[in-house]
Amino acid sequence: MRSERNRSPLGLKIAAAAGLAFMHVPILLIFLYAFTTEEKSYQFPPPGLTTQWFAVAWNRPDVWAALTLSVKVASIATAIALVLGTLCAAAVSQTRLFGRETISLLVILPIALPGIITGIALRSAFSMAEIPFSFWTIVLGHATFCIVVVYNNAVARFRRISGSLIEASMDLGADGFQTFRYIILPNIGTALLAGGMLAFALSFDEVIVTTFTAGQQSTLPIWMLEELIRPRQRPVTNVVAMIVVLVTFLPILGAYYLTRDGDQIAGAGK
Amino acid sequence: MSTAVLFDNVSRHFGAVRAVDGVNLEIAEGEFFAMLGPSGSGKTTCLRLMAGFEQPSGGHIEIFGETAEGVPPYRRSVNTVFQDYALFPHLSILDNVAYGLMVKGVGREERRKAAEDALAMVKLPNYGSRRPGQLSGGQRQRVALARALVNKPKVLLLDEPLGALDLKLREQMQEELKSLQKSLGITFVFVTHDQGEALSMADRIAVFNDGRIQQLGSPEEVYKQPKTRFVADFVGSSNVLPAKLCQKLGVRSAYASLRPEAIALSAPSEGALSLSGTVAAHSFLGAVNRVVVDVDGARIAVASPAALAVPTIGSPVTISFAANELHPMEDA
Repeated sequence: MRSERNRSPLGLKIAAAAGLAFMHVPILLIFLYAFTTEEKSYQFPPPGLTTQWFAVAWNRPDVWAALTLSVKVASIATAIALVLGTLCAAAVSQTRLFGRETISLLVILPIALPGIITGIALRSAFSMAEIPFSFWTIVLGHATFCIVVVYNNAVARFRRISGSLIEASMDLGADGFQTFRYIILPNIGTALLAGGMLAFALSFDEVIVTTFTAGQQSTLPIWMLEELIRPRQRPVTNVVAMIVVLVTFLPILGAYYLTRDGDQIAGAGK
Repeated sequence: MSTAVLFDNVSRHFGAVRAVDGVNLEIAEGEFFAMLGPSGSGKTTCLRLMAGFEQPSGGHIEIFGETAEGVPPYRRSVNTVFQDYALFPHLSILDNVAYGLMVKGVGREERRKAAEDALAMVKLPNYGSRRPGQLSGGQRQRVALARALVNKPKVLLLDEPLGALDLKLREQMQEELKSLQKSLGITFVFVTHDQGEALSMADRIAVFNDGRIQQLGSPEEVYKQPKTRFVADFVGSSNVLPAKLCQKLGVRSAYASLRPEAIALSAPSEGALSLSGTVAAHSFLGAVNRVVVDVDGARIAVASPAALAVPTIGSPVTISFAANELHPMEDA
């Protein structure tokens, strides 16, 4: 009786399968065309399968340049965001400063605005200040939305730290630095890790703001965009895409498990 | 005996709100001192002023002869047991208790031993490896106590520590706190809104209302001789006799207090005072019957032993009491 009642109807199963296929088949196609022997167009089915594109991609210096640039930009933007986002979240959630709600809104705004607006705004600001477009302008551009992600994660966790925990720490003899290190950091650590991972991922595949703030450099997504227009050696792009998927999937999986445990720790005793 | 905590005309204002308004206090070393009052009366703000979480807007605070203004909480020899216990959720019970020693740089072995001793003192030995989330409310309260006491504070501040416990556990903890304070000899300052708790535990009580101390004295004084109508009402629900009745009984001041259990529902014996009225209401409270008598429009509560018969509502009665049970009050 029970198992029959819990069995979902066939229509629902088909709908669910169709939905999943809609989301994931294109990704599988990207993997498939990394092995195709046809390098100019994506015809289906692929005329033959080969692994030669892996070797080709490995030996292309422009792939390495774009990858290194993207990793550097994402790392530095994430590091800036971690510091500023955490400080901002601490100020907004732990104190009653003037215009707190407004500041909170202004911090979140860059992610709500279309990227193109952020891009144009930053580009004209850099031009007016006569800052040449460089590696650092890309980093600054990315940091604007990375801060939001870290801030959002941190502020949610900060709100769950009861104010009396910080007072208890001070009462027991810990100064501000010790309280941050022994009480606040362990409680927000997993939230920062998750926020940092997300910020890194966002920066890593960002196109619009990068287009407006980059000089001659091309980050990995921009390199991919340029590659797709070229009719030669197209599968190299697929190889790179596949590697990017594999490399980013593992840390995101890790972050998921870490924050899941973290929720249990932070939720305990409340 | 020296003074543990001194408040000299201390005020703490939040904008227009006078949370604490001109409080004078002198708590002796080794005393069990209770600050009693309804919520918003300023008692908790006074405790936070002692802990260092608040700074006074005016006046002067001394803790063991040292000026406390401007001294941050982590440089005061005062520890607090918080209302919500504020145990660190990410640390084990042992690390929670050892936290104060850890931040002071005490060695690992030494602080582990001190924390274990403190846990044994609050009757929670072998709980060190657990997490706060795995403990009951009563156990968390004991851990909070151990975490404060392990630092050997000169003054222990307790912010409604028994508020979240059920009645039976509360009575047990009251006794334990009292005997712990006796054996350690540490000054305890205790904030509560429960007058029974304050009366049974404290050496002296300060009754707070509207940021001011209404009365400061021993539990007996506060209970038997309330100075103001507020104290009479808040502590022990004494009757407040209005001017008209005071005049009739020959009391000089405008108001006087009279405790329900000092009144008998019978004709006066030699030298006793009496009033006559009608029974307005009664209710059964277990050990006593609470009978409300209407005397010329004033309602006077009488605690009559349950063994005695209860007069019917509307019947005329005479109430009597010894003259020395009638306490004149300073104001209304």
